[in-house]
Amino acid sequence: MRNFDRILDYLKNYSGRPLKIMEVCGTHTSAIIKGGIRELLSDKIKLVSGPGCPVCVTQQSYIDALIKLSRKSGTVIVTYSDMLKVPGSTSSLSMAQAEGSRVKMIYSPLDILPEAIENPDITYIIAAIGFETTAPVYCLMLEEIISKGIQNIRFLTSIKKIIPALELLCADDIDAFIAPGHVTAIIGSNAYVELSGKYKKPFTVTGFTSENIVISLYNLVHMVESGRYAVDNIYKSVVNATGNLKAQSILNKYFVVGDAYWRGIGRILQSGLYLREEYRMYDVGSFELVGNEDVDTLCSCGEVITGKIQPSDCAFYGNACTPFNPLGPCMVSSEGACGVYYINKG
Amino acid sequence: MKITMAHGSGGKETSELIKTIFTKHIGNEILSRQEDSAILQMNGKIAYTTDSFVVTPLVFKGGDIGKLAICGTVNDLLMAGAHPQYISAGFIIEEGMDFELLETIVISMAESAREAGVKIVAADTKVINGNGGIYINTSGIGFIPDDRILSVENCKVGDCVILSGDLGDHHACIYSSRMGIQNDISSDAMPLCKLVDALFDNDIKVNCMRDVTRGGLATILNELSEGSKCAIDIDENSIPVGDATAGLCSILGLDPLFMGNEGKFVAIVSPEHALKALEILHSTPGGENAAIIGKISEGKGVKLTTKIGGKRLLNVLYGEGLPRIC
Amino acid sequence: MCVATVGLIESIDGRIASVNIKNNILRVDIGIVDAKVGDYVLVHAGCAIEVVNRELADEIDSLYDEIEAAFNA
Repeated sequence: MRNFDRILDYLKNYSGRPLKIMEVCGTHTSAIIKGGIRELLSDKIKLVSGPGCPVCVTQQSYIDALIKLSRKSGTVIVTYSDMLKVPGSTSSLSMAQAEGSRVKMIYSPLDILPEAIENPDITYIIAAIGFETTAPVYCLMLEEIISKGIQNIRFLTSIKKIIPALELLCADDIDAFIAPGHVTAIIGSNAYVELSGKYKKPFTVTGFTSENIVISLYNLVHMVESGRYAVDNIYKSVVNATGNLKAQSILNKYFVVGDAYWRGIGRILQSGLYLREEYRMYDVGSFELVGNEDVDTLCSCGEVITGKIQPSDCAFYGNACTPFNPLGPCMVSSEGACGVYYINKG
Repeated sequence: MKITMAHGSGGKETSELIKTIFTKHIGNEILSRQEDSAILQMNGKIAYTTDSFVVTPLVFKGGDIGKLAICGTVNDLLMAGAHPQYISAGFIIEEGMDFELLETIVISMAESAREAGVKIVAADTKVINGNGGIYINTSGIGFIPDDRILSVENCKVGDCVILSGDLGDHHACIYSSRMGIQNDISSDAMPLCKLVDALFDNDIKVNCMRDVTRGGLATILNELSEGSKCAIDIDENSIPVGDATAGLCSILGLDPLFMGNEGKFVAIVSPEHALKALEILHSTPGGENAAIIGKISEGKGVKLTTKIGGKRLLNVLYGEGLPRIC
Repeated sequence: MCVATVGLIESIDGRIASVNIKNNILRVDIGIVDAKVGDYVLVHAGCAIEVVNRELADEIDSLYDEIEAAFNA
């Protein structure tokens, strides 16, 4: 039998105690659905979504602030498409665009630099969301902005650090973690060692192919079964123990750590990155958003992304909350856990 | 030179525009009569369809909005089993549109019409305020031979699902242009006449066809599943996707199953004819990468067996199929 | 949270590399990696976030052996 078949066999026939394994990262949630991986597992292995989806954890007040900025004349909001439909308290960027706001969709924020240079009278506001994977891109942009003396680009940031959120989750009833491969390329697999030791939970740093995810699950279940609480790395081609030191250095140069508000979860101490004071002239109010609490009582996204409930357990799932009319970010099209679940389960 | 509001007023400028661009390139004996309506002789069953085209950018690798406007409507007629015959074209042109660009688009329509063997027999132009854009509506008529009875209700358990070629190229081409990503991906826009005729000319038992346009393969298969009241099982390993399109999808987080095409169709074919149908498509221009991707089965819904043997329920496209960062 | 893909650096001009991802050519900022022409890099949002070490490619059989060895140790 091929080794991969042995792995599939083991996972399908696992009959130990019920396990709850968290796919921390939204891209893993997507990949697991695309690979049809849940159907290959024993009923005793439950996969739950995690908070590693920057769109899902961006606070409502951030969306509201972006929409307000978009209504100023001579302003263009520069954003990834993922953000367009996320509901704020009353509207979304997509709705604001329909009402006349200028919103530009980009693959990389760096793509806007030539346009910004050509149009010095327009202010370009970057919707700078993401985790440690994406944060260095904004740093590289700042280097360009400063060296070229570009005066018309600003940032509204909602950048989160994954470890503080994982610490909350380790204290919960999650048995094991599929650690996000690309964040870990930046922060290094050593970042999880303290959590793993303190809470006795295994982590496996995982890539994004179906095969790699399946092998990761095999590893995690083995680790739980054998009582081995460690941090393993099966994405060695891009991840090492200490991470990308150049990236970490540039993050440290431009950003300072502060508390951050995670939609559906609440304030997590020291979990956000903000432009340092000497660069804050390029910021349009990110730090002031931290204190804003959501008045978001309807949405259960917080419980979904901390693995407490499955999307279908939410009272509004599939009736008041669908991809056509999302109450919360998790249901926005195919980007969030609830949206992925709805679209693929029917 | 630019289009102005005067070109839409119905006066001298309008007739100059019609003469120098429209009649010159898409004129034929019916259109050039310049009557208020085209007079056509019809006997037997006809198929009749309409579609509107609003794509941006207006010109892209492999085509333009004009080519799409003809191919889209021609292909809809073909999918009903019809021989496409006559097309009408309505143009809503925004003032400021470049004359040369408009002419390029109309020439493209003329070429596509010739390739598809159709005549543009009715046309209209209007000019509105705007920024130089254009929107085109085409409607089409085709004759259905008596021996071609295509319907989703004909699909039955055991029928094979054949896809005529690589998925996603048109959508990939448009997004590459919009996001400034450099590659050689061309829109697959083409009239499907040769491929469809090849199947019928060789007596292939085709039960139903659909072109794989907006919403992609997943959306079309869901329509077929619902219409036939059957399940459709497909195998991810057999779905053809070009390398460059796969590469673009990996950059932008797109999924080829939900990406639009303008020159691809699925044919639901009786199992005893499936291999012959595949051979015929392979030897016809445009069908080189055709593949049997699955079959009709009992139950409901569209089920994909993934590359590693997992199972995934495929739904219709939700949202707009936009690029992702996460 | 991170759609990223691997491509080959075909040329470099200052801090911008021309990266080939299955014949899609992307302009990629290589400011946070030490990379040269001929290297494969992991690209996210127009930025190379790591150089790919192809010798450590995450191959099924070697990963399986590693996991079994750790399990049996």
